[in-house]
Amino acid sequence: MTALDIAPRPLELDEAAARAYVERGARLRAATPAEAAPELATIATGIRRDVLTTIQAARMGHVGGDLSVTDLLVTAMWGTLELDPFDPANPGRDRFILSKGHCAAALYSTLASCGFFSRERLSEFMAPLSPLNGHPNRVKVPGVETNTGPLGHGFPVATGCALGAKLRGETWRTIVVLGDGEMQEGSNWEAAMTAAHYGLDNLTAVVDRNRLQQGARTEDTKKLEPLDDKWAAFGWEVRVIDGHDHQAIKEAYAPSTTGRPVAVVANTVKGKGVSFMEDRVEWHHKVPTDEQVRLALEELSR
Amino acid sequence: MTAVAEQTPTFDCRIDFADELITLARADERIVAVCNDSVGSSNLVKFREEFPHRLVNVGIAEQDLVGVAAGLANAGFIPFVSAAAPFLTGRALEQIKADVAYSDRHVVLCGQSPGMAYGELGPTHHSIEDISWMRAVPGLPVVVPADPAQTRAAVRWAAASGRPAYLRIPRFKVPAVTPAGAVFETGRATRLAEGGDLTVIAVGTMVSRALDAAALLREQGVEARVVNMTFVEPLDVAEVVAAAEETGVIVTAEEGLLSGGLGAAVAKVVAEHRPVPVRMVGVPTFAPTGSTSFLLDHFGLNADGIAKAAREALGRS
Repeated sequence: MTALDIAPRPLELDEAAARAYVERGARLRAATPAEAAPELATIATGIRRDVLTTIQAARMGHVGGDLSVTDLLVTAMWGTLELDPFDPANPGRDRFILSKGHCAAALYSTLASCGFFSRERLSEFMAPLSPLNGHPNRVKVPGVETNTGPLGHGFPVATGCALGAKLRGETWRTIVVLGDGEMQEGSNWEAAMTAAHYGLDNLTAVVDRNRLQQGARTEDTKKLEPLDDKWAAFGWEVRVIDGHDHQAIKEAYAPSTTGRPVAVVANTVKGKGVSFMEDRVEWHHKVPTDEQVRLALEELSR
Repeated sequence: MTAVAEQTPTFDCRIDFADELITLARADERIVAVCNDSVGSSNLVKFREEFPHRLVNVGIAEQDLVGVAAGLANAGFIPFVSAAAPFLTGRALEQIKADVAYSDRHVVLCGQSPGMAYGELGPTHHSIEDISWMRAVPGLPVVVPADPAQTRAAVRWAAASGRPAYLRIPRFKVPAVTPAGAVFETGRATRLAEGGDLTVIAVGTMVSRALDAAALLREQGVEARVVNMTFVEPLDVAEVVAAAEETGVIVTAEEGLLSGGLGAAVAKVVAEHRPVPVRMVGVPTFAPTGSTSFLLDHFGLNADGIAKAAREALGRS
């Protein structure tokens, strides 16, 4: 079969999954962080398993960052924001933007879990003509707010979404998740100034602080520390947390109480959940063998 | 030298841009202006006075400027991003590609003071590359109004199009060249003068100078057709092919870099459809020090220069 033989199929709503998301998501949003945490952890484990099989099928991907960001994604989309898989363009929806777009496998797996499209379609990740490109495309993937991939793009766009809500007098929230290496892009600091200047307390910027970038440790490449002080100096309310503790994440995603935008510095482990991948730079975009996937899934079923 | 320019009133199109934007904003609350400390240079002071909350100033930060505009479009607004053309198109090129064009967001990018409008400030502030750069972004219309009427029409068109666009708003004063009742449609050129010996295809500040060149050529017994190719992208292919077939020689004229601009776009169509001699008048390289007027003459971007290129193309130099 050649690429020309494949008719690209648009991604369509998974109605049963979407119904489940609407019901269960409402419950998890309303629950206290402590109450919601165990269930969010269960969902996150499922997402990690889907990430591994998705990358296994594609033979490509960014597994390390996918696994470090999973808990941040799941807690945002299942435990905090009100998304609408039945009407992804619903004007009043909350906005979620993954600025570190190379972790598309984690984003797609989480969007599928919410019913934006069927989980089965994850097997098309990066296949010829698939809507599931290596980096997210909003025109092709319902639930994606803006096309990301080149770093330093999602944050300014999220700032515009939050500013738009203010200008319209609307109450929707915007959460943007950034890679820590991505904070080396200057455009992010332009956005940080804009959001603080406009008092965008409806915006939360989350840094997936796994301390590794493509080639080496962030601190050996271009130092980010003291990262929390940098955010504070830019006029943000800063919350430093364990980015794998669902209770802490949900608490950190609570709305601002200071009138300032909120920066969550989430300390994470690249490759989290798979022992032989954890905190190892080579797993930025190394593809696991079938045997490694088997071992990883075994760890994730314990 | 440029007879029309000396005898007829000329206009700074930024004024018409801002005035039309205010008129539209009164009728459509989705319209917002987004700028980078460019309120004055974009002539948006009156807009801010009337709609203080609908003018977003992100400060001197062009990447953020375009990203924030894409976010405002996500939030249901129609942002008109207004900034000096060199910084808007150069500094934020990847945001224009990824956040606006590839994300298919209805953001109107308004490059102010393009070409060599900043004269003595030099090539850092000149925007001779913008047409080429914007042409290289897939699916992004590149619109170069030639006078106040076209500037107003372009603003109305862009607001209603539902798609991203790049508008190149002249600052260097130009005379009115658009006939009353002229239509303004996507990819549609306007024929301003008839002639059977060659066609001059021009954009922006060069359109009135192309008309002056046609007058000069007429004195020399050469009849030139003059076409205002308002849309460099999508190009009016039929008009280019008609020029090649019916007049046999084409001269292009633009206040922009010769690599990848209007001339290159026209030459591609000519090469593919109907090969005929083409001469390109434009800016070949970074400019020396001088006023806009001086630099336009320096590079032959005037009636004499266009007429000379026409005679060369006709083999009558």
